[in-house]
Amino acid sequence: MNAQSTINASGRMAGKERLVVIGNGMAGCRAVEEILAACPDRFAITIFGAEPRVNYNRIMLSSVLAGERSFDEIVVNSEDWYTDNAIKLIAGDPVVHIDREAQQVVSRGGVIESFDKLLIATGSDPFVIPVPGKDLGGVVTFRDLDDVEAMLAAANTSKQAVVIGGGLLGLEAAHGLSLRGMEVTVLHLMPTLMERQLDEAAGFLLKSELEGRGMTILTGADTGEIVEADGKVAGVKLKDGTEIEADLVVMAVGIRPNGTLAKASGINVERGIVVDDHMVTSDPNILAVGECVQHRGACYGLVAPLWDMCRSLAARLAEQPKGYKGSVTSTKLKVSGVDLFSAGDFSGGEDCEDIVMRDASRGIYKRVVVKDNKVIGAVLYGDTQDGNWYFDLLKKEEDVSEIREALIFGQAFASGGVSLDPKAAVAALSDDAEICGCNGVSKAQVVGCINNGANSVDAVRSTCKASASCGSCTSLVESLLALTLGDEVEESANTMCGCTSFGHDHVREAIVEREFKSIPEVMQELHWSTPDGCSKCRPALNYYLLCAWPGEYIDDQKSRFVNERLHANIQKDGTYSVVPRMWGGVTNPRELRAIADVTEKYNARMVKVTGGQRLDIFGIKKEDLPAVWADLNAAGMVSGHAYGKSLRTVKTCVGSEWCRFGTQDSTGLGIKLEQMSWGSWMPHKFKMAVSGCPRNCAEATIKDFGVICVDSGYEIHIGGNGGIKVRVTDLIGRVETEEEALELSAAFIQLYREDAWYLERTAPWVERKGLEWVKSQLFDDPATVPALAERFRHSQSFSQDDPWAQRAAGERSDLHSHVGSIGAGPPTDGAIKQVEPAE
Amino acid sequence: MNAPDWVSVCSKNAIEPGMAGTVPVDGGPEIAVFHTIGGDFYALVNSCPHKGGPLSQGIVHGDSVSCPLHNWRISLRSGEALGDDEGCTPTIPLKVEDELIWLDRAVILAEQRA
Ligand SMILES: Cc1cc2nc3c(=O)[nH]c(=O)nc-3n(C[C@H](O)[C@H](O)[C@H](O)COP(=O)(O)OP(=O)(O)OC[C@H]3O[C@@H](n4cnc5c(N)ncnc54)[C@H](O)[C@@H]3O)c2cc1C
Ligand code: SF4
Ligand code: FES
Repeated sequence: MNAQSTINASGRMAGKERLVVIGNGMAGCRAVEEILAACPDRFAITIFGAEPRVNYNRIMLSSVLAGERSFDEIVVNSEDWYTDNAIKLIAGDPVVHIDREAQQVVSRGGVIESFDKLLIATGSDPFVIPVPGKDLGGVVTFRDLDDVEAMLAAANTSKQAVVIGGGLLGLEAAHGLSLRGMEVTVLHLMPTLMERQLDEAAGFLLKSELEGRGMTILTGADTGEIVEADGKVAGVKLKDGTEIEADLVVMAVGIRPNGTLAKASGINVERGIVVDDHMVTSDPNILAVGECVQHRGACYGLVAPLWDMCRSLAARLAEQPKGYKGSVTSTKLKVSGVDLFSAGDFSGGEDCEDIVMRDASRGIYKRVVVKDNKVIGAVLYGDTQDGNWYFDLLKKEEDVSEIREALIFGQAFASGGVSLDPKAAVAALSDDAEICGCNGVSKAQVVGCINNGANSVDAVRSTCKASASCGSCTSLVESLLALTLGDEVEESANTMCGCTSFGHDHVREAIVEREFKSIPEVMQELHWSTPDGCSKCRPALNYYLLCAWPGEYIDDQKSRFVNERLHANIQKDGTYSVVPRMWGGVTNPRELRAIADVTEKYNARMVKVTGGQRLDIFGIKKEDLPAVWADLNAAGMVSGHAYGKSLRTVKTCVGSEWCRFGTQDSTGLGIKLEQMSWGSWMPHKFKMAVSGCPRNCAEATIKDFGVICVDSGYEIHIGGNGGIKVRVTDLIGRVETEEEALELSAAFIQLYREDAWYLERTAPWVERKGLEWVKSQLFDDPATVPALAERFRHSQSFSQDDPWAQRAAGERSDLHSHVGSIGAGPPTDGAIKQVEPAE
Repeated sequence: MNAPDWVSVCSKNAIEPGMAGTVPVDGGPEIAVFHTIGGDFYALVNSCPHKGGPLSQGIVHGDSVSCPLHNWRISLRSGEALGDDEGCTPTIPLKVEDELIWLDRAVILAEQRA
């Protein structure tokens, strides 16, 4: 190949050295992150990846398989990261040749890149046992996203899976496939599962647990061949003759460091690519990290050691060599509901002392192996709380003779404390104790990032990555938050939801100040941790945007709870109920007739008088809703918004018109209030009432806004609630005229709309803010009531359209009709096509 | 394993991202077809494992839907209730081909019998 003539000159931009990385996996990208942090401007970086995608968290493939996460959720560095750091990513094009002489690499697609420094991070290859049938369709390994997709496709069309290998990977694959509805058999050569991490007892407990979940586990099972039918897998035959049917076979028997490319270019490779303590290979310009390397005779198959390697590598490039000394590893199995921890050597033997505790009734087994007064191994099953503590003792080779007696009971006991407080246990951990194994984050690093302002688990996750992967250390992170921040952490409990580390107030302020006008924009700018939020934040954001930008923001139907989307109340059987508005609780024969007709025409099952003085028609199908509304509209009735976080009813008594005690026209004022405020969206449902005298027949003192008419005018009450926690209103003032009562009502509603958190009713809101605060907001400055009321009226000018009328006229009919239907015809019917199942 | 019986139900554009459409089935349970905001399609029996809520009317986020009745979160991939809840709604094989959504009627009808 004519490499010389196609030298890529762009690499040498602005006098930077050229760093080429082979392998876009966990170690390769982490190394680049560390290098960017240690010496940001030194290199122009190019990364080659064999997989056609950005860098993702390989560990979490198990969760993708199990359906707990999507691929997007396990991406570590999105395309932006490459762009922002001017990294050239060549994905889906593996390097096939390293020319050390010319300092160039060549990809399969013919791309040639020159380097000053080369970093090899090619990971490992899954080991495939060389039995007949290993190349058949339906035989997969478990290493990358393609494998996961192949398994998912198989799980869609097939029933039976065999997983060969009862180690960490095999069991996670088996768990995932079984959650996907497959019948799974695990074949394991050794007599117990995960024999390298678990002793016999723990292996047995694990086996019974998995069998209890419906998997079949065959130990001592030696695969003889993979049986074929029609060119595809049909089963697995063991050497002892046993046959197991299968349409999918997953090989998860181990991995082999991938040193092929390095070896071919003459770099020293034994089991893995041989590196020194600074991750330098036999060629001083070529470095290597990750599963592909062999350091001091050891190869690693877990991520924690890779992080140590990457740090040493970056330190050396930054001319501050620290040197890597090798790692001790610990293991956890990511199978939901199985708590299992193992570290170090538990094979026991001479000079070793075993301390064992079993609690059969609770399914707990713990074993700690001590040699020369030091912990050298631990296996915990069922209760893994003390795993990190044992692991810490082990790594530090601490003398445990003093606490020997209590060692097995865990840290709380052994440290002499009587309390079993997990916080105390975490407090006692040393600074360099590892909190997050997946990402190699120490206690000191977590505390550091909390001190720098991270005040919630999510904030910790997004800054130092602790607990961002498998999540098994979340409780440790929570304890550290509590320890470091004390009471302040309480505040972070007010984050809107798990998708963000910000609270409602912060988000609302940002929407107004930074002029965010769409949900995706808020999520992007405020670093939402989920791709599109959840059922808590989406409706809240929709409301906040709508409140901040009336007339500008376009309502997002998919962020609305079904009731608001269909303008009717969903009931327990999936049908809907419909409540027309009855202004101030007043109706007439025409309306009553229309309601009666609708009830008959659409076979409604019941009509009921509600607590808010209206009639509720029950048992309407979503398809019939537009027709029901059309009929009610025809009689002059509009939507009662009985379904919404919005103004519901204005309850009234008959007042001075009829009642011998009445002092004012309470019905009339109720109707005016309702006509002013109907159709408004609120943080939560909002109810008003007007009583004609202090006898209070309309129960105005348990409403969000209540008026009690008195001889001299109107008493204004706020913050009442008749719900689960009854709260009586607070009196905020007296006014003389109806106009003033209406104005104050508009101002109060707007204050609530602009300040309360979504789904916070006025009662808890008033208690949270304090009555004095509410009063000061309204009355300290005579200009505020008119200003608030004006903002309310402005917003009302956009929202007082009857949603029923729009739907009855055919708008969004897609929300009410089926998208299609499936008939009973034979499978030869014109619309039907036979298609081969996907593999 | 029965051969799949693919039936096309609607055009792929019939369901907005972030929403779901319903498909009644003769001789089988009603199906909900979901279109995630990320652009993926999934089909589930339109009934929550908790108390049968119509999942098609829930809020779709990521690859899950929150049931409109009591807010259980159901995985669109596996039909499993997520979080602390337990239960599973049957998933229906779905594919997108020729701009159409196809469901496997054989599996839907088997669900009714089960
Ligand atoms: C399903 C699964 C679950 C796991 N669970 C855990 C766990 O719970 N805890 C834990 O600590 N570890 C776990 N591991 C192991 C962990 O993922 C690995 O230790 C880690 O990914 C190794 O990082 P690496 O960068 O060395 O290799 P990889 O992440 O495999 O990256 C190597 C990359 O190099 C690419 N590549 C190879 N050759 C070339 C070439 N010639 N040109 C260009 N690119 C090339 C590959 O395509 C690959 O993307 C798990 C692994 C799997 C597969
Ligand atoms: S609140 Fe007073 S005015 Fe109204 S009905 Fe009761 S007694 Fe009569
Ligand atoms: S019926 Fe779905 S959550 Fe209760």
